[in-house]
Amino acid sequence: MDPFTTHTGTALPLRRSNVDTDQIIPAEFLKRITRTGFEDALFHRWRAQPDFVLNDPRFAGASVLVAGTEFGTGSSREHAVWALRDYGFKVVLSSRFGDIFRGNSLKNGLLTVVLDEAVIEQLWKLIDADPATEITVDLERREVRAGGIAVGFELDEGIRQRLLEGADDITLTLRHADEIAEYERTLPAFKPNTLAVTA
Amino acid sequence: MGRTLAEKVWDAHVVRRVEGEPDLLYIDLHMLHEVTSPQAFEGLRMAGRPVRRPDRTIATEDHNVPTENVGVITDPVSKLQLETLRANCAEFGIRLHSLGDIEQGIVFVIGPQLGLVQPGMTIVCGDSHTSTLGAFGGLAFGIGTSQVEHVLATQTLPMAPFKTLAVNLEGTLPAGVTPKDVILAVVSTLGTGGGQGYVIEYRGQAVREMSMEGRLTMCNMSIEAGARAGTIAPDQVTFDYLKGRAHAPAGADWDAAVAYWSTLHTDDDAVFDKEITIDVGTLTPFVTWGTNPGQGAPIGAQVPEPESFADPAERAAAEGALAYMGLAPGTSIRDIEIDTVFVGSCTNGRIEDLRTAAAVLRGGRIADGIRMLVVPGSTRVRLQAEQEGLDRVFTAAGAEWRGAGCSMCLGMNPDQVGPGQRSASTSNRNFEGRQGKGARTHLVSPAVAAATALTGRLTAPADLPNRTEA
Repeated sequence: MDPFTTHTGTALPLRRSNVDTDQIIPAEFLKRITRTGFEDALFHRWRAQPDFVLNDPRFAGASVLVAGTEFGTGSSREHAVWALRDYGFKVVLSSRFGDIFRGNSLKNGLLTVVLDEAVIEQLWKLIDADPATEITVDLERREVRAGGIAVGFELDEGIRQRLLEGADDITLTLRHADEIAEYERTLPAFKPNTLAVTA
Repeated sequence: MGRTLAEKVWDAHVVRRVEGEPDLLYIDLHMLHEVTSPQAFEGLRMAGRPVRRPDRTIATEDHNVPTENVGVITDPVSKLQLETLRANCAEFGIRLHSLGDIEQGIVFVIGPQLGLVQPGMTIVCGDSHTSTLGAFGGLAFGIGTSQVEHVLATQTLPMAPFKTLAVNLEGTLPAGVTPKDVILAVVSTLGTGGGQGYVIEYRGQAVREMSMEGRLTMCNMSIEAGARAGTIAPDQVTFDYLKGRAHAPAGADWDAAVAYWSTLHTDDDAVFDKEITIDVGTLTPFVTWGTNPGQGAPIGAQVPEPESFADPAERAAAEGALAYMGLAPGTSIRDIEIDTVFVGSCTNGRIEDLRTAAAVLRGGRIADGIRMLVVPGSTRVRLQAEQEGLDRVFTAAGAEWRGAGCSMCLGMNPDQVGPGQRSASTSNRNFEGRQGKGARTHLVSPAVAAATALTGRLTAPADLPNRTEA
């Protein structure tokens, strides 16, 4: 994963709440076995409508998605994160995210930032007034800046460090392989074994 | 201070706890399917890592499989995904139940059926409906593909702390009201974000009186309220379900297990971060009218006016939902006409669900123009239903009887609802386009699905002439 320190880019205002992962990427694209190349699938159904915001040339090249509340609810499909990332988004801002989607995003270097709904509204207004407005998301200072706005945000410190370093979770966990092995020695005999031969 | 059930299970699985870091949790069972695993196996291969515990891992084919002519997969992309799972399981030594195998079926139906899901376990799967499996009194989390790779490589997951939410279901379910109606009412009460960050524990008289399969239906939809997981304290119902199953403990192990499982309940002096209470004695069949599972109402209600929602985001969501669903505010829900009926999925694809639907249909004929699909949750459920003659009840009524899989719940296989068509579905999500492009979904119980098939409009069994109960 590439390290994430600070990102500055133009934004796409997605004025919808409850955007579930089925909307971000419909199930038909989940048959693919690759980890990249999902940009064509992003918001596939909505994109067929000419007035959908992703088709608006004023927002072409946007890399910060400013979304309504409860973004990324529903299915655990990590393909939703891959589609956003492959399309060119680096950051998603919302007042609330689906838990699994948020976890997935942070493992792929797509920074999801929780901001107050009032701040999201302010950002939408800024972008509407001038689509060239740039938003800076500063992970080192944990701050979002745009126009005259500068607001802090919360993020788990461990996750922040991992993003800043671009570190890989599995490598970090495998450093504790001895502790895992030690735990395994305490497992009771009645825990099921999937490979055990049964009657 | 005492601990809740969820806290006890969590504490028993902490491999490593360090201030300022998420706990590293041991995972007792990892379930895999074809859709969310290929990229995880590819990651292992690229890093040269083995699967740490193939003996705690099991795979099945469910999302992408045809439910008729099951030997022939015509879509080359689907075929490649299934072949990839088969090759990965062979390479890494993982047990797989493929199409045609008697143990094949929806991942959350086969786990309990095999006795692999037991109280006090931590269970994960690359599927948000892993929450289903908390019904046995463990912690079961849906995860993404990066986490699937992490568990394959380490059998652990770093997990952020959770909050606890008690959902107290007091009273006794009235006739014709099922666990599905209860959970739809719970999700409607909490909203799609109301459970966010919480592990739900379902408690109260109605839960104690519920069968294991009903409990699975409820825990299944915990994710629809945004919760991390749902759980239920194990009791005699749980133990009776497990005893004698292929992977249930036997002999002295059984006694040791039951002794441990009996400690898995919330202590009297434990405190939940949040509690809600619903008197189920006043519930009636519940259905959804909108495009998220929280947009539901009793079947006797009307489609709401968007203006009736105080919250602006909820109001806008309701407006958008009604436009997509092609519904006018004030319409009686019982007047909504349906084209397609689906009985199945990890929510309602078990034998009790099929018995309930068959009991309503028996001797009847589905309405003209209605297409009804009945898709058992597993091959064993299909065989059991056929042994009981349920398949003949369905086909005599004019429904299609299929092979096991996820099917029309998410329309990844050829089983889809057509554009603009309206379904009554026993599945778990009514999102836009979930069951097919332009499809309009009403979530219902198996009893309501069957009654709806008979009349062609959203109908409870009690509404049918000469019938008083489901």
